Amino acid sequence: MANPRTNFIARLDWLTIILFLVMVGFGWMNVFAATQNEGSPGTILDFSHRYSKQFYYILTALAIAVITLAIDGKVWSFFSFPIFGIMLLILPITILIGREVNGARAWIFIGSFTLQPAEFMKFATALALAKVLSRYNFQIHKLKNLLIVGAILGLPIVLILLQKDTGTALVFLVFVLVLFREGLSWVVLFVAGLAILLFVLTMLVPLPVLLPVISVIALMLTWLYQRNLKFFYGGGIMLAALFGLAVLASRYLGQEWSLARLFFIASVIAFLIWLLIILRKKHNPLLLILFTWMGAMIFIFSVDFVFHEILQEHQQSRINNILGLESDPLGRGYNLNQSKIAIGSGGFFGKGYLQGTQTRFNFVPEQSTDFIFCTVGEEWGFIGSLIILGMFTGLILRLIVLAERQRSVFSRVYGYGVASVLFFHFAINIGMTIGIVPVIGIPLPFFSYGGSSLWAFTLMLFIFLRLDTDRYQIVS
Amino acid sequence: MQNPNNNRKFVIGGMVVAVAVLFMLRLFYIQVIDRSYQLSSNNNSRLRVVEYPDRGRIFDRYGKVMVFNEPVFDLLMLPQQVREFDTLEMCSILNVDLAELRESMKKARDYSRYRQSAVVRQISPEQNARLYEKLYKYPGFSVQIRTQRKYPQSIAPHILGYVGEVNAADINGDSYYQSGDYIGKSGLEQEYESYLRGRKGIRFMMVDVHKRLQGNFENGRYDTVPEPGKKLTITIDAGLQEYGEKLLAHKKGSIVAIEPSTGEILAMVSSPAYDPNELVGRIRGKNFERLMNDSLNPLFNRGTMSRYSPGSIFKIIQALVALQMGVIDEYYSVDCNKNIIGCHDHPNAHGLREGIRYSCNPYFYNVFRRIILQGKSTSQFQDSQVGLKSWYQMVYTFGLGQTLPVDLPGIKPGLIPDVPFYDKWYGASRWAFSNIYSNSIGQGEVETVPIQIANLAAIIANRGFYYVPHLVKSIEGIDTIPRKFTEQHFTAIDPKYFDIVSDGMEEVVYQPGGTGSRAQVPGVVVCGKTGTVQNTGNKEDHSGFFAFAPKERPRIAIVAYVENSGAGGVWAAVITSLMIEKYLNGTITQTAKEQMILEYQQY
Repeated sequence: MANPRTNFIARLDWLTIILFLVMVGFGWMNVFAATQNEGSPGTILDFSHRYSKQFYYILTALAIAVITLAIDGKVWSFFSFPIFGIMLLILPITILIGREVNGARAWIFIGSFTLQPAEFMKFATALALAKVLSRYNFQIHKLKNLLIVGAILGLPIVLILLQKDTGTALVFLVFVLVLFREGLSWVVLFVAGLAILLFVLTMLVPLPVLLPVISVIALMLTWLYQRNLKFFYGGGIMLAALFGLAVLASRYLGQEWSLARLFFIASVIAFLIWLLIILRKKHNPLLLILFTWMGAMIFIFSVDFVFHEILQEHQQSRINNILGLESDPLGRGYNLNQSKIAIGSGGFFGKGYLQGTQTRFNFVPEQSTDFIFCTVGEEWGFIGSLIILGMFTGLILRLIVLAERQRSVFSRVYGYGVASVLFFHFAINIGMTIGIVPVIGIPLPFFSYGGSSLWAFTLMLFIFLRLDTDRYQIVS
Repeated sequence: MQNPNNNRKFVIGGMVVAVAVLFMLRLFYIQVIDRSYQLSSNNNSRLRVVEYPDRGRIFDRYGKVMVFNEPVFDLLMLPQQVREFDTLEMCSILNVDLAELRESMKKARDYSRYRQSAVVRQISPEQNARLYEKLYKYPGFSVQIRTQRKYPQSIAPHILGYVGEVNAADINGDSYYQSGDYIGKSGLEQEYESYLRGRKGIRFMMVDVHKRLQGNFENGRYDTVPEPGKKLTITIDAGLQEYGEKLLAHKKGSIVAIEPSTGEILAMVSSPAYDPNELVGRIRGKNFERLMNDSLNPLFNRGTMSRYSPGSIFKIIQALVALQMGVIDEYYSVDCNKNIIGCHDHPNAHGLREGIRYSCNPYFYNVFRRIILQGKSTSQFQDSQVGLKSWYQMVYTFGLGQTLPVDLPGIKPGLIPDVPFYDKWYGASRWAFSNIYSNSIGQGEVETVPIQIANLAAIIANRGFYYVPHLVKSIEGIDTIPRKFTEQHFTAIDPKYFDIVSDGMEEVVYQPGGTGSRAQVPGVVVCGKTGTVQNTGNKEDHSGFFAFAPKERPRIAIVAYVENSGAGGVWAAVITSLMIEKYLNGTITQTAKEQMILEYQQY
């Protein structure tokens, strides 16, 4: 065994490289299974089928991997802002000159060739974030730093949303995990978790029920926190009176004044009264609960408002569908239903390679791209699915381990960025095919058909592997 | 550790593991535990393709084809593959309207772009031949062969029946049928459906999301081959049937002829009729509606469904019952005084034979009186009850007042009144002979359908027994016909009495004063009896005549009715004569009689 301190090849993390190669190879087999039925029969080399195109994409990706490993790692740190800047410029250009595909203006056409710049925004953002966080004596909770980080994440999100590619835009939220690793408060995770919980509850429970229930929970928390029965009873009577008034008022007011809206107004009044009482009696610890409660009420109310007033019907449907509120197997839930049928029919051992009826006969829409996992589930069964889960989990955990062993903050932050983005894609993509996450169109890394995403993920991963080879260098 | 945030790697790693475990549980549930996805997958991707067998053909008693299957061609279109083509040329080849073609092509496109549908149905073989040469010019079009029923002689619509698409009740009643299948809807097509239909073959095919075929499922391991329907040979003499239909054309009436020694139905004519080819294919719906609404009711099978008073034919029954009961003998005579019951002018009847010959009403009034009132009770009412009961029991053995289990749907039972019938009508013990004597001459409450009268002729021809009249002669692959058709049914009458009435029936045709001399057939001894059925209101009588011939070893028993045409001795007797001559001699020598019948038109 060569000494990793002196030998570059030995310093490479071969476990990651092998996982990458296996995933890309297995991915191609599944793209082949999903697309071998389209059109006339062809060969791998003639570029007329998706599987043959994907074959060239993979060759290109391997070239990218080798070149990336050959480039000095310092380049990325040095040029991280220019790269980020250039990508930020390309996105608006895409909106201007890009052609619309599936409602999104996210692709640049160069001849017959298409490129999706947003895919490359991910690694650029990871680089920029790493650069910022690795500044000497960086303190994340300083307002200025928060604003800078917010801008680095916010700009790509806004630009990609403008392309109407919601799925890809959502990916950038996952960098919160990186920030968390670098010291962002637990509160952010707590608030994010609470927000997700409240969002789901808002969709599931009618507001006139949800708002009082949340209020009662808040009341019980005050009791637990302070053991103060006066507050408990007083607050209870006040809330009951205000909600009662709201119910009465709803009878005499027009349809404009829905019960939910009146409950919300009652809550605001209750909040103001309470705030006065707490401030006068100096029960300041209760303020936390009070503000959290009011925040939750405002959040619920605005989610409801956004859902019903701002989202379009098909977006509402997707959300409703995933929450089990809407059942129309031939309508918008079709993708999801067919996807579950394909995976579910695979059984324990699967139907065998190239034997899947659902994917081969095009029952699953987008089966070579976003729904490639259906092919795995149908033809390779539970065993094959487990292997995929294992490979992804293994890769992500390995990347975390690699990131943790970096001496340079830049490399560590970037490594976490890679791991987080892969994690998000893995969780959302597979979660969507098995029906526990809304249908959000993002690819499964290294598996889904498509050049842009494969190249972007390869570039992203191998930059980190190259940075990892420099781990013994003295941090400058 | 210098940095407390280092522990957070476990939080993030933990989230990754948690998601993986959640996915694993979910996958285990939908892939291993919940098998419903397996079923959905099969429903998605397997298609049952049904292959229809040829329906069984039907032959007459001499092996002449009466029903066969004719290939018809449908032009199918697969919208996805259709390119621009010369629609006008196609229209001229197929002789269809351009607008019509456009309309059906639009319908096909609306139905599915990926599945074939018929755009022009029932193209003739000649049109198909011309189209076939040009088919290469019409991508996306193809021709599908189906078969439909064809009736070469255009006869016997009421016997053969028709086939039509199954309705909801058919599908619910028998799981064999699926929407779009055809089923026998009447006549023999209905009666022998289970033999004629054969067995559908089923092929399991793999299909893609657009239902395009992708090949056999597991190399056809579960496929079945269609089994053609069984050949059905029937007892009808197609030549005789055709001749009968010719005779009854433009008249309302029916003819039923039976071979007495077997019960085989030789002919069953009902008029007005229709051409069975009218109820096939594209024209069926329109024609069916027209026939349904026709005031002459051509769909109605008079031979098995028309209930008439038997009229004077019933006097034969009265004679036989009275002889058997011993209330008269063959020398019993009655003066024809028209005090109680009217009669036509004829010499007094000396003996039973002359009673039959003259069809004397007072004679049979007295015969029936003797049957009903036997003096077994001092009360008129009681006596009538006893008499009617024993009369009913004997009459019933002639196959009257009951549904003969003929192999056709919708046979009517007619009516022979019994004691409960009159008890219900008048009240118990509140009726006597005076209320029911009209039955003596076949008027009143008794009702029969023509096939029962034909069977009655067969009974007399057989001197006392019958086989249930039937149409099946043999079914391919089956050795015997149903037992109900080979069982002898004996009447309650001693065979010797049949010779007496046969003599009387011969006198009807051959002796002076006989009412049925027009029924004579050259070279054959015909025994017959007129039955003039009086109708209520101003309507003309129904002319009825029944007969068997030859007198010794009879080969045909027959009845003919012509509605609202007058006395039985005229139209019905002549038709009977012609039918017997046709069947026994093969040729018609009585051209004058034939001419007379053919020229007589009621509508």
